[in-house]
Amino acid sequence: MELLMAIVAGILFTAAIYLILSRSLIKVILGTGLLSHGAHLFILTMGGLGGSAPPVLLDGVTEFVDPLPQALILTAIVISFGVTAFILVLAYRTYAVHKTDDLNSMKGNDEHD
Amino acid sequence: MEFVWFIFLPALAALFIPTLFKRVTGIHTGWFVLIIPIVLFAYYSTYLPLTASGEHAISSFDWIPSLGISFVSYLDGLSLLFTLLITGIGALVVLYSIFYLDRHKEKLGNFYVYLLLFMTAMLGVVQSDNIISLYLFWELTSISSFLLIGYWYTRDGSRFGALKSMMITVGGGLMMLGGFVILGILGDTYSIRELISGLSNYSGDPLFTLAAVLLLFGAFTKSAQFPFYIWLPDAMEAPTPVSAYLHSATMVKAGLYLVARFTPIFAESSVWIWLVSGIGLLTLMWGSFFAVKQTDLKGILAFSTVSQLGLIMSLLGAGAIAYHSDDTLFRFAMFAAIFHLVNHAVFKGSLFMIAGIVDHETGTRDIRKLGGLMSVMPISFTVAFIGGLSMAGIPPFGGFLSKELFLDSMVALKHFELFNFDTWGILFPVIAWIASVFTFVYSFYFVFKTFTGEKKFDKLPLKPHEAPIGMLISPIILAISVIALFFIPNVVGKWIVAPAVMAAQPQLYSLPSEAAVHVQAWHGFEYIPMWLTVGVIAIGALLFTSIKKWQPVYGLQPEKLSLNALYDGVMTFSEKGMNKLSRFYMNGLIRTYLLYMFAFFSVMTIVVLFAKGAFKLDMSSLSPITLFAVMNAIVAILGTGMVIMSKNRISAIIALGAVGYSVALFFVLFKAPDLALTQLVIETISVALFLLAFRHLPALKTHGETKQNKLVNGIIAIGVGLSVTLVALSAHSNKLVASISQYYKDTVHTEAGGGNIVNVILVDYRGFDTLFEIAVLSIAGIAVLGMIRLRLSRKGSDDEKE
Repeated sequence: MELLMAIVAGILFTAAIYLILSRSLIKVILGTGLLSHGAHLFILTMGGLGGSAPPVLLDGVTEFVDPLPQALILTAIVISFGVTAFILVLAYRTYAVHKTDDLNSMKGNDEHD
Repeated sequence: MEFVWFIFLPALAALFIPTLFKRVTGIHTGWFVLIIPIVLFAYYSTYLPLTASGEHAISSFDWIPSLGISFVSYLDGLSLLFTLLITGIGALVVLYSIFYLDRHKEKLGNFYVYLLLFMTAMLGVVQSDNIISLYLFWELTSISSFLLIGYWYTRDGSRFGALKSMMITVGGGLMMLGGFVILGILGDTYSIRELISGLSNYSGDPLFTLAAVLLLFGAFTKSAQFPFYIWLPDAMEAPTPVSAYLHSATMVKAGLYLVARFTPIFAESSVWIWLVSGIGLLTLMWGSFFAVKQTDLKGILAFSTVSQLGLIMSLLGAGAIAYHSDDTLFRFAMFAAIFHLVNHAVFKGSLFMIAGIVDHETGTRDIRKLGGLMSVMPISFTVAFIGGLSMAGIPPFGGFLSKELFLDSMVALKHFELFNFDTWGILFPVIAWIASVFTFVYSFYFVFKTFTGEKKFDKLPLKPHEAPIGMLISPIILAISVIALFFIPNVVGKWIVAPAVMAAQPQLYSLPSEAAVHVQAWHGFEYIPMWLTVGVIAIGALLFTSIKKWQPVYGLQPEKLSLNALYDGVMTFSEKGMNKLSRFYMNGLIRTYLLYMFAFFSVMTIVVLFAKGAFKLDMSSLSPITLFAVMNAIVAILGTGMVIMSKNRISAIIALGAVGYSVALFFVLFKAPDLALTQLVIETISVALFLLAFRHLPALKTHGETKQNKLVNGIIAIGVGLSVTLVALSAHSNKLVASISQYYKDTVHTEAGGGNIVNVILVDYRGFDTLFEIAVLSIAGIAVLGMIRLRLSRKGSDDEKE
């Protein structure tokens, strides 16, 4: 199972990086969305996917899955939402002001150095 | 008393200068500053009897003891001589500057702060026994010199000259630091005294010569030796008191001090002797020859300073020969060097002040416009006459005595039998004599072209008159000293010069009296230097009277072949070259930078994984694959593919949502109910947000990305994906340390009283973390709101102006 999930995480990362490297701002945003999904699966896989019960104390249950990666991911999900919302609005503003979403034409010029 | 603190007295006083300048407007700030050098001069004078008896005084303060770095004030004959020059000439220069710089027009606060800073730096250089703190002060002199040259910073010439001096002297200083570090490693100490006493342990090391050469780079750049002298003429943009102080009497002599101080260490090296004496002689010749070319009064003095520094440098080189021969012939050189150093400081200081007075009273320093000033400025002329003749080496002035000693030492060199001096040594007296002739010519050129000859007052910017008396006090004091040096050379020799010679050659003498040379003006008719001087005067007078006929010779040198052109070329080339280089890889495109980072990340990760044998796949620990998981994985991969392939926005957003929901399903499969819930909620909001925003966003466009671009992106992306997969597998298979999760599992009920471990971790164990997470979300929320509400486009131009 870990092998499969590692490959899925790798594919998510590959797609995310490919999108982030493109020139279109929207694709970059889509890329960051994929990147956070990939990162969550990556963290979960590293901790191991075995375990018979969720990490909740119940009578008679002694073998839980590792709770620590889950705690980390929970934080990450919320933060990544914040980031996505932020850059989405940033892109909206940028497009409203500059009328383009081509990153190459947003590089500034020598006067701004 | 710990007199090491006196080094810092000027810098400390500098703290109060700006306030004094602003608050006390009725009095020239210079009067307050004047107290410092006078007090220091008086204080340090009390050490004269001590050093004259061959003793020394030490005071130290640990700075970084663990690295062996400390401030040490080591007062022996040599450092005391320089200390007195710095404080003595410093006092005269400050006095002069009070009348030179107008208190209503000039930024005196800045000026005196820089000057006091320089005083501390210079005292530090000549008193430090620790070479690391010596280096620190050394660079501080460069910095304060930079500030002083650039004092009139609105002038292009000042800024150019300041930068040039900084580039050259700091560059040399860095090389010197290299030499110091090598010496420190070889001798296992940073103390000069310990380096000298432990010399036999390391002098045979192959790095020894390298250390010597690196150190000389520092000395030669600072003391304006060929070919580094080019900064000194440009440094003349500084106010004249600064030129008189830094660029003739003190700072440029720091290189000479360094050479004298390290002579006991490097004297055995033939490279040292050849470089110091050879470069010194070349500089002497070069400087004196080109001095006659100059038309700016201060330019003549700058080149004459270069030339005189070369003279002293060559004498210091000859002084090192005394270590290789018992013949007393070679013992004059070091004495002559120190004696001339004193002479030069005195007469050159007075000449610079006169140049400043001429500039101040006539409004120009161009020697072609000047002439006949003797009738209106008799006192200035007298001072210039005394200083100039001393520089030319004519009795009855101090310069004559040291010039004779110099010629004597140079003649002696041809008797030296080591290091090929018996074949090449004859060049030394010959070049020395020719240079002396030119010295004679430029001295007369400076004095008589300015003060005698045709009166051209109507062409001058100002109507010339004699300078105010306050401005004349300092040069008059110096001129009197010039004459005094001729009549009481042996008193000066006994108290000041001989102790310094002994300090520079500690292995040769045990008492200053052994180092003393009896100086006299008349040696009889068999004395070769006497006839050389007669020759200098005869040929020099001939050349001076015919100066108009041969001066055009200087026009023959094309401007493009000068050292200045080389410097300018190197500066523009390196500036443009560096600009091109950084433009080449920093092209302002985010994609480029991300490419560097991702490529570096994946290459480093994969290389390290395999090079260090960290990659491991433990098949036995893998959990079994379920059908649900496989199907879900297929959904996720298909969704991902669609996000990439999609040509329109809606389908891309929906595909992204599909991936998100499949991730939520993964969380369900892997027994993470909290994650699944959160992911479902967040994903729903995200998709809603995307759909809200997409109305305002442009359509998906490729912006003309080439296939090649996409290929590169793809390769890098696959590299990153691959390294992520490998790391995930290795991390899972290598359990090197026990997970800290066990602690949470064990204590979640007893310590935190909760059942849901993930929740308890978030709100209890890592409560602050969650608190800050909420803060981050709030900030993002405020930013989002701000960006939506902000209306830049309509009144943007107004906002930016405010």
